[in-house]
Amino acid sequence: MNILEGHGLTKAFGGRVAVDNVDFTLAEGEILGLIGPNGAGKTTLFNLISGALSIDAGTVTLTDSDAGTRRVSGLKPHKICHLGIARTFQAAKNFPGMSLYDNILSSAQFGNKHISDKDAKAKTDKVIEFTGLEPLMDKSVKDIPLAGQKRLEVARALATNPSILLLDEVMAGLNPSEVEESMRLVTKINESGITIIMIEHVMKAIMSICGRILVLHHGQKLAEGSPEEISSDKSVIEVYLGG
Amino acid sequence: MSQYTVVLLSSIIMYIVLAVSWTMFSAPTGYVSLATAAFFGAGIYTTAFLGEFIPLPLLMLVGGIVSFVLAFLVGAITLRLRGVYFTIFTFGLVELLKNLVLWFEIKFTHVRGRFVVSIDHTTVFWSLLVLLALLLVAVALIKRSRFGRALQAVGESEDAAAHIGVNTTLVKVTAFAVSAFAAGAAGAAMATRWSYIDPGIAFNSLMSFMPVLMAIFGGMRKTAGPVIGAILFAYLEELLITRFPSLYMIIFGAIMVGVILFLPDGIMGLVTKLTRRGAKTLEHS
Ligand SMILES: Nc1ncnc2c1ncn2[C@@H]1O[C@H](COP(=O)(O)OP(=O)(O)OP(=O)(O)O)[C@@H](O)[C@H]1O
Ligand SMILES: [Mg+2]
Repeated sequence: MNILEGHGLTKAFGGRVAVDNVDFTLAEGEILGLIGPNGAGKTTLFNLISGALSIDAGTVTLTDSDAGTRRVSGLKPHKICHLGIARTFQAAKNFPGMSLYDNILSSAQFGNKHISDKDAKAKTDKVIEFTGLEPLMDKSVKDIPLAGQKRLEVARALATNPSILLLDEVMAGLNPSEVEESMRLVTKINESGITIIMIEHVMKAIMSICGRILVLHHGQKLAEGSPEEISSDKSVIEVYLGG
Repeated sequence: MSQYTVVLLSSIIMYIVLAVSWTMFSAPTGYVSLATAAFFGAGIYTTAFLGEFIPLPLLMLVGGIVSFVLAFLVGAITLRLRGVYFTIFTFGLVELLKNLVLWFEIKFTHVRGRFVVSIDHTTVFWSLLVLLALLLVAVALIKRSRFGRALQAVGESEDAAAHIGVNTTLVKVTAFAVSAFAAGAAGAAMATRWSYIDPGIAFNSLMSFMPVLMAIFGGMRKTAGPVIGAILFAYLEELLITRFPSLYMIIFGAIMVGVILFLPDGIMGLVTKLTRRGAKTLEHS
C-alpha cells in the first residue's frame, strides 16, 4: 500500500523552479532515499510535503488504514504533523533555551492531540531511551556536539508519534563511527514500523539502508529504482555519482 | 494615604500593568509590539462612551474585552508578518485607531472630544491593584502551562514549533489578545483621570514606547523585571521632572543607553548576577 503519494508537485522561487512537476510514491514500511546534487530541490520537496512552504501546483495525499486517503497538501504544518508526518531540518532547529528533556517533551505534548502530561512524559522517556540520548541529558542544548544535535532532531520528530518520518541529512558532518550509529538508529526506527524518506549525501548510508532511491536534478525526477539500478544508471552517474 | 500618593501609586501600577502585559507577549515570542497605546486608548474610549451607565469594574471588563477582540482580529492578520514588519504595523495601528475614532466622532457625533465621568482616586487605585494582581496570577499560570511552553517554542524557532504540532498563529494571536486585555482594562480605569479626552490624548504613542523601555530597563527574563523597571522608571521620571525639568529627557536618554549597552538583561539581570556571585563568594569563604 502506498502510504504517501505526490502528484505533479511544483514550486518556484521567483523565476527559479526548485521542484518541477515531481511525482513520487512511498510504500508503507519502506525507506526511500532522496538524492541529488546541491540545489536539486530535495529540501524544498520536504518543505512541500510538511507544509513549510505553499505548493504552486500538485497534490500530496496520505493513506492510512483507518481514515482512508486524505489530501494533506494545503494544510498547515501543525495539522500535517498531527496526521503523522514528522520531519527533521537540515540545519538542526532544536529549542536552545529549553533543556534537552523539554525539547522532546514539547514534541510529545504538542504533536499528540489530547495527550495527558503523564503520557507525554512517558513518551519522552521512551524516546530518550530509544534514541540513546541519556548520556547527554544533563547538558545544555547549546553545548551538545553536532551528532547529538542531529540525534535530538530525530528524537523531537519521533516524539510526535509519526507514521512517516522525513530525515533531511541527519548524517551530514558526522564522522564515520557516528554515521554508523546514525544508520543503526534509522534502521531501528524503520523496524519499529515507521516509513522513512531520507535525504542524504553519504552514499554508503543511502546504498546500504534504502530499499529504493529517487534522484532529483534541477528540480526534476531524474531516476528512480533500487540501489543497484541507481548506481548503474548512466544519467545518474553523469550528473551525480560520476565525480 | 494622601491624594497625591494615591494618584502617584495609581500611575505606577498602571505602568506595571502595561509593562508586564507587554512582556508577557513580546518577551517569549520575540515579536515586538508597539500597539499598547492602541489597546490602552480603546479602554479609555470604552469609559468615555459607557462611563455614565456602568460601574468601574464593568468598564474595565468591557474595555479589556474590546481590546482583546481588537487584538485578536488585528493579530490574525498581522502575526503572519515577522520581525520589524510586525512592529511597524502595530505602531501604525495606533495612528489608524486615532484617526478612525476622530473620523467617527466628527462624522456621527459631531464632537471632537468627550467629557469623562469622574471616579474618586481611591476606587481607581484599588481597581488597578486588583487588575495587577489578576495579571500577575495569569502570567504565572501561563508560564507554567503548555501554552507558555508553546509561546517559548514559537519564540525560539517558529518553524520547528509548527512542525511539532504547535498551531503557531493561534498561540501568538491568543497571547497578543490576552496582553491587550490588560492594557484595555488599565485604559478604562485611567480614563477617569482626565475629565476631557480626545483621540490625540487617548491614543498617545508614548504609551506604546514606555512599556518597552520599562521592560528593557528592568529585564525581561523574569516577571520581576518589568515590575521593577516600571517602578524605577516612573519614580525616576517623577524625580527628574521635579529636580531637572530642562535636562530630564537628556538624562533619561543617557540612562537608557547605558542600560542597553551595559545591562543587556536589565536591572533584574544585574541583580541575578550579583546574587549568584554573592552566593559563590559565600561558598568559597
Ligand atoms: N525559501 C527559499 N527561497 C528562495 N529560494 C529557495 C528557497 N529554498 C530553496 N531555494 C532555492 O531552491 C533551490 C533548491 O534548494 P533546496 O534547498 O531544495 O536544494 P537541496 O537539494 O536540498 O540542496 P542541498 O543538498 O544543498 O541541501 C536552490 O536553488 C535554492 O537556492
Ligand atoms: Mg537540502
